Amino acid sequence: MTLRKFTLSAVAALSLLSVPVASQAAGAGGHVEDITFSFEGPFGTYDQHQIQRGLQVYTEVCSACHGLRYVPIRTLSDANGPGLPDDQMRAYAQELVPIMDIETGEERPREPTDHFPTVNPVDGMGPDLSLMAKARAGFHGPQGTGLNQLLRGMGGPEYIYSLLTSYTGADVEQAGSILYENPIFAGGLISMAPPLFDDQVTYEDGTPATVDQMARDVAAFLTWTAEPKMMERKQVGFISVLFLILLTALLYLTNKRLWAPFKHKHQPEQQG
Amino acid sequence: MSGIPHDHYEPKTGIERWLHRRLPIVGLLYDTLMIPTPKNLNWWWIWGIVLAFCLVLQIATGIVLAMHYTPHVDLAFASVEHIMRNVNGGYMLRYLHANGASLFFLAVYIHIFRGLYYGSYKAPREVTWIIGMLIYLCMMGTAFMGYVLPWGQMSFWGATVITGLFGAIPGIGPDIQTWLLGGPAVDNATLNRFFSLHYLLPFVIAALVIVHIWAFHHTGNNNPTGIEVRRTSKEEAERDTLPFWPYFVIKDLFAMALILVVFFAIVGFMPNYLGHPDNYIEANALATPAHIVPEWYFLPFYAILRAFTADVWLVQLVSFVTFGIIDAKFFGVIAMFGAIIVMALVPWLDTSRVRSGRYRPQFKWWFWIFAVNFVVLTWAGAMPAEGIYPYISLVGAAYWFAYFLVILPLLGVIEKPEPMPATIEEDFNDHYGPKAHPAE
Amino acid sequence: MSHADDHAGTRRDFLYYATAGAGAVAAGAAGWTLINQMNPSADVQALASIQVDVSSVTEGTQLTVKWLGKPVFIRRRTQEEIDTARADDGATMIDPNSQNANKPGTNSDDINRSLDEAGEWLVQIGVCTHLGCVPIGDGAGDFGGWFCPCHGSHYDTSGRIRRGPAPENMHVPVAEFVNETTIQLG
Repeated sequence: MTLRKFTLSAVAALSLLSVPVASQAAGAGGHVEDITFSFEGPFGTYDQHQIQRGLQVYTEVCSACHGLRYVPIRTLSDANGPGLPDDQMRAYAQELVPIMDIETGEERPREPTDHFPTVNPVDGMGPDLSLMAKARAGFHGPQGTGLNQLLRGMGGPEYIYSLLTSYTGADVEQAGSILYENPIFAGGLISMAPPLFDDQVTYEDGTPATVDQMARDVAAFLTWTAEPKMMERKQVGFISVLFLILLTALLYLTNKRLWAPFKHKHQPEQQG
Repeated sequence: MSGIPHDHYEPKTGIERWLHRRLPIVGLLYDTLMIPTPKNLNWWWIWGIVLAFCLVLQIATGIVLAMHYTPHVDLAFASVEHIMRNVNGGYMLRYLHANGASLFFLAVYIHIFRGLYYGSYKAPREVTWIIGMLIYLCMMGTAFMGYVLPWGQMSFWGATVITGLFGAIPGIGPDIQTWLLGGPAVDNATLNRFFSLHYLLPFVIAALVIVHIWAFHHTGNNNPTGIEVRRTSKEEAERDTLPFWPYFVIKDLFAMALILVVFFAIVGFMPNYLGHPDNYIEANALATPAHIVPEWYFLPFYAILRAFTADVWLVQLVSFVTFGIIDAKFFGVIAMFGAIIVMALVPWLDTSRVRSGRYRPQFKWWFWIFAVNFVVLTWAGAMPAEGIYPYISLVGAAYWFAYFLVILPLLGVIEKPEPMPATIEEDFNDHYGPKAHPAE
Repeated sequence: MSHADDHAGTRRDFLYYATAGAGAVAAGAAGWTLINQMNPSADVQALASIQVDVSSVTEGTQLTVKWLGKPVFIRRRTQEEIDTARADDGATMIDPNSQNANKPGTNSDDINRSLDEAGEWLVQIGVCTHLGCVPIGDGAGDFGGWFCPCHGSHYDTSGRIRRGPAPENMHVPVAEFVNETTIQLG
């Protein structure tokens, strides 16, 4: 395993040095693994414990370089999201970096009604993660038909998981900055250093904090930040579909009854 | 309305007579709703009501979305997220509106293909067809500008590429493009005018729809046989037709409810399936997405646009003859708009005296190849413009033009049509058997 | 025969009514979605209830916070202010109601205006009930409370209108202590 990994990264590093274009083509084809999340399928729901663990990973690891500018802090208490108790959510808001109050022009601690911090990518920081799970597709094709996405979903969370777990360990220096090899990332080289390592965080619920586990948890958390109303949406969708099936059945019968006097293939008209 | 003879509205009470003398609006609604409709209409005729529903859906959801949306480059993306996260039911309204556009185009394509198969464009229904094509053009403009409003990456770069088409016009192109954008590039001025026009155009569509309905109510509906309703007397007409209400309204509503089951399943369970992930990244004028693709409903024409590259000999010939004024870029633009124009001119390109494709043995083949070709073009438009795909697009585009400009004019001359029923009543009874007693 | 006809007729009518009813429910649900979106959105609703940290407010000082677009005065009164206000309970009041959203229907006695029994905390919407100006605080006016400079309304240390054109005592919003140092408005 280790040997194979080493060989792979050596080969990849070599190919990078010699023909960067070829490696880019290879990188774009990186394989995103389909993993099972609790929120998949028409009745899937967010696993609150997993989202809370993901929040912890985000807070302790990702938030150093990535913001969540579209996510209001108060939504951490949403029952269909992390579901933090009110006091925990307020305490969390206090611990975030202060915000510049527009009215007073002074910095003050964040309130629940404020959003998570905005981290500006131009300062060498990473892109905002609020919508990342919807802004990436893990699955494509085949051949432009979109069948894979029809069957397996868009694959945003799977992309995040695969990206976080697919560092080869190799890195190259380009134009003065270090780039890390990651076949999932478009182009195959990413400026984000491998962010996760085993036991980086300590989960309160005792879940072992492996890289695999943390990647899953943070992917689930970011799915929630991107689509906080998923549960409500599926519920509305399900009720609508159910009701429309009923309406369709009623309209079918009404239509049949209505046209019966004019359509009589087999037997003559009975009713007057 | 003239046309098929039928019962007209008779005001009964005093109030009805009072109003009818001053404004015969009840009579107008009655005549519209009770219009005699050929009773042999099949299930391909349900898409009109689906389209009417789509227009209402898009206007209703659009008006309420506009209450929460901000057309400013700094705020547009965030205001859409505000709709998705904070507005009551906002996530549903937005997904309905976004997927509603897809249903709208699916319906309009099937509606158009139904018209092409059953010859609904032929005399005396040419004006209905032309109005329909204008509606379709307005729909494309509305959808294109609407897609810009969320101000994601695809919004921005789609707008850049499509307005670039106008820049391809020789001489005045760059000026037109600047005028469209309100500046040298897509920016706040562009977003503002697109929002304004995106709000305006649906009402233009609504007006055109009224004219569209007016026109075919005047001529009467076409039907699967293409035979006209007998209209020498009311009694004769009534043997070919049934009133629109309730027979066709209920039938259409049944079909629509079935379609809405699928629609709501998509909105509820996979609302982003037809969208592009890049549009969840805020617009960035400094970074182009790797692969710009329009929404699926533009793909056939996008394929035609990209089919005519500089190495196609026809393009080279045209470029040579016009002293390079029509280059490959402009040729592609002409081809794309030309594809729609030849379709709009089909009433005069199709020379066959037989209206319905049902009785045209050779036409059927060419038609179904045309339909498959449309799907292939959609697919080719989604693929990158490299390798074999431009050739597929080129073959598809060539067939598109050949269908309208060569096949349809020639078929009318050489084809021998099959025997047709004499009346609509006969066709209907062939399907459902003769009546034992007359209906009450 | 007529029996069978009646039967079929009832069944048919039921089907038609059921279909029409289901259609009406669908239309109603769609209509409600279009209406409900105009109600305050979640971010606006979240602002309807705020928590204010009052640990820094010492005796005899006042904190002004913005709530629902209006200033709210949170005053920690001195014993002297409390005594003055309570001594005046018997005086003739322009507005005999407490105007306290937490104690509707009570009279204007100071005990009905303050947040706590001891009367230390007075929370009120800092808007003059005359024409909506923001009164000046910190012992302003003839009654040692607040004074509205627009048209000369004088409020006492309990925020009650004592002289001037204002018709009502300053309103006390829904408020409560969630812990020792935090007041929740709304």
